[in-house]
Amino acid sequence: MVPFSHSHLLLLTVRLMTYSVLTQCLAHYFFMVFLTGSLNSEAPSTMASRGGGRGQGRGRGQLTFNTEAVGIGKGDALPPSTLQPSPLFPPLEFYPVPLPSGEEGEYVLALKQELRGAMRQLPYFIRPAVPKRDWRRLPRELRIRVRKLQKDRSTILVPKRPPKTTEYKEETIQKLETLEKKEEELTSEEDEEKEEEEKEEEEEEEYDEEEHEEETDYIMSYFDNGEDFGGDSDDHMDEAIY
Amino acid sequence: MTQAEIKLCSLLLQEHFGEIVEKIGVHLIRTGSQPIRVIVHDTRTSLDQVKKALCVLIQHNLVIYQVHRRGMVEYEAQCSRVLRMLRYPRYIYTAKTLYNDTGELIVEELLLNGKMTMSALVKKVADRLTETMEDGKTMDYAEVSCTFVRLADTHFVQRCPLVHATENSDPGPPPPAPTLVINEKDMFLVPKLSLIDDTLALAGIAQWIELWLQMKVLPVQTPVRAHAWVAGQVPGTGHARGKGKRRRSSEDDATGEPKAKRPKHTTDNKEPIPDDGIYWQANLDRFHQHFRDQAIVSAVANRMDQTSSEIVRTMLRMSEVTTPSSAPFTQPLSSNEIFRSLPVGYNISKQVLDQYLTLLADDPLEFVGKSGDSGGGMYIINLHKALGSLATASLESVVQERFGSRCARIFRLVLQKKHLEQKQVEDFAMIPAKEAKDMLYKMLSENFISLQEIPKTPDHAPSRTFYLYTVNILSAARMLLHRCYKSIANLIERRQFETKENKRLLEKSQRVEAIIASMQATGAEAAQLQEIEEMITAPERQQLETLKHNVNKLDASEIQVDETIFLLESYIESTMKRQ
Repeated sequence: MVPFSHSHLLLLTVRLMTYSVLTQCLAHYFFMVFLTGSLNSEAPSTMASRGGGRGQGRGRGQLTFNTEAVGIGKGDALPPSTLQPSPLFPPLEFYPVPLPSGEEGEYVLALKQELRGAMRQLPYFIRPAVPKRDWRRLPRELRIRVRKLQKDRSTILVPKRPPKTTEYKEETIQKLETLEKKEEELTSEEDEEKEEEEKEEEEEEEYDEEEHEEETDYIMSYFDNGEDFGGDSDDHMDEAIY
Repeated sequence: MTQAEIKLCSLLLQEHFGEIVEKIGVHLIRTGSQPIRVIVHDTRTSLDQVKKALCVLIQHNLVIYQVHRRGMVEYEAQCSRVLRMLRYPRYIYTAKTLYNDTGELIVEELLLNGKMTMSALVKKVADRLTETMEDGKTMDYAEVSCTFVRLADTHFVQRCPLVHATENSDPGPPPPAPTLVINEKDMFLVPKLSLIDDTLALAGIAQWIELWLQMKVLPVQTPVRAHAWVAGQVPGTGHARGKGKRRRSSEDDATGEPKAKRPKHTTDNKEPIPDDGIYWQANLDRFHQHFRDQAIVSAVANRMDQTSSEIVRTMLRMSEVTTPSSAPFTQPLSSNEIFRSLPVGYNISKQVLDQYLTLLADDPLEFVGKSGDSGGGMYIINLHKALGSLATASLESVVQERFGSRCARIFRLVLQKKHLEQKQVEDFAMIPAKEAKDMLYKMLSENFISLQEIPKTPDHAPSRTFYLYTVNILSAARMLLHRCYKSIANLIERRQFETKENKRLLEKSQRVEAIIASMQATGAEAAQLQEIEEMITAPERQQLETLKHNVNKLDASEIQVDETIFLLESYIESTMKRQ
């Protein structure tokens, strides 16, 4: 078949010129455009696409599987289509079974909660360090002389004095913590945390004690830069031995 | 590692060890084995903190290290071990039921501290027990040791791998990380200890310091000094209030204690710790074996009766030492042996026992099987099948509670018949077609049931293909396990959210309690106490009650979900081992 070009068609319609004929011819024009398959200016429209285009219209409702096998009979109402993602908390159809109660359950529950609390107190619980404060702006006496503890550890090899008892060590811990108290009042923290600290006396892990104490202001590297903490001016712990 | 597992690990690490350890741990779980520099770079935390976190994780057996060529040490996290932290209360409770309070505390201390030497552990537990006893009574160290030895004999605690002691002194530099080896025979060998004085208490701390020193966390100090310093702090009196029977270890001890490693450091005012270097950890596999046995016994008790469950329990007990925990079935036991080993209180005659055994062997669940006729009948317990039945029962129960009993009927039907067509399901289950279809699709969409295609023609045309519904237990179990992990993560998040919401109120109540306690200690009148108690108003009290109730419920749910996780994981592990 001779492929019609659109200009050719237009010319044809224009030639048949009366108004009614014009409308008829326009209808013819569109009909022929339809026949040629497309409104774009591609000249060769193949038979195949034409056939396929026609086929698109004809077998529109067919699916790849047999609906009866799946269970959807003819004329059955399909379930409503989903227009949104499933809800975050889908409604619960059946009430959940009650949890087992009884002595064993209670005991294991208590154990679990106790373990959780206990693990927070062990030295293995590493607390993140509080960012450094600018000590140029604050009075010197508020700084904690915790550095001494670490620095002087290496000199304890030859104890010059009679060996200290641990009660004594606890005393010094108390004193350290009273110093800290001042600092912590500044930050208006709860006193209750202090009580927690004072209660914990196991794990004489000197090194970790610094992490033990809540909201310690200094991370370890802060002490390593060799700043001088020798000032005893504020210390009312003259008898404190480090 | 799936996302759900990683999320759960992250929550657990954060709750138990803090955020720094959590960050490092999760990074290692996600990325696999890495050297320390890469960890520092990727997580953008300081080297010191990474070192500390790694120390903590290694101490708790959550991370292992390996020396690669070129001297680099790589660290690898073990995700499944982190998930075990959910089960700690259950382990401790089991130890309590088996070995009373002493055993409970031993296992608790071991789990909380990861690894400990026997001496340190015994001391600590004895002191804790002494604190709880009435005044004047003290806990005997020997008793605690005895319980520890029993735990080691039944394999509930095991030795950690030891530092490989190279006899010939290597002139080269020491390796960057010690290689740890463990001899199978020595895993449960208890060192002979005589309890010496309080320096034992420091042993635990000293070892912890040494571990850190080895990781070069602290500035340069040798182990000698650390130990001496620690020792120097505590003279003869020490801080321990418990004064158990202590004998000085005599120099001419004839029994020749096995020492894994001669202690390199001795100071002038203390004696060497005899079991230095021998660390113990809890043997979780043994606990799992115990849980599995418990589950099987209770299943038999539910299905049949008490006597049959006792018989099964006896059989399992006899197989504890002969059968490895991952075997598909136990070693055959003859009926005569079982009869002899029944618990003393049970006097059933031999014939009754035989009848019970026959009944158990004929049961369709196949927990017990008959493997021969000698010795009055040889019987085995099918561990793998038993685990499969338990996992299937969990699946059925979930389907029933989530979708209803009719769905559960369809599910059990498909399980039993293996493969069914749509039409057959409707017929066998006696449920109208529309509802049956609906239920099947619901279960299909949640992946409890799957479709199997069987084409009639080679071109797989849908109209000429059979579509069969089937239950693939392994994949359904995995799907359910994944959901369990998600559930626990949700539960933990919700609990943390609830606690955070009421944080102010909780702190206030804690403060009030502390004040009341201190006032009671110093002796105050009832009126003052009343006044302080009124600081918390009634609606606040109500709110606290609700919070406590909710948190308890969430915690109990976590424990319950963990039990399901255990069953499913055991089944999956047993199946994978057989393939």
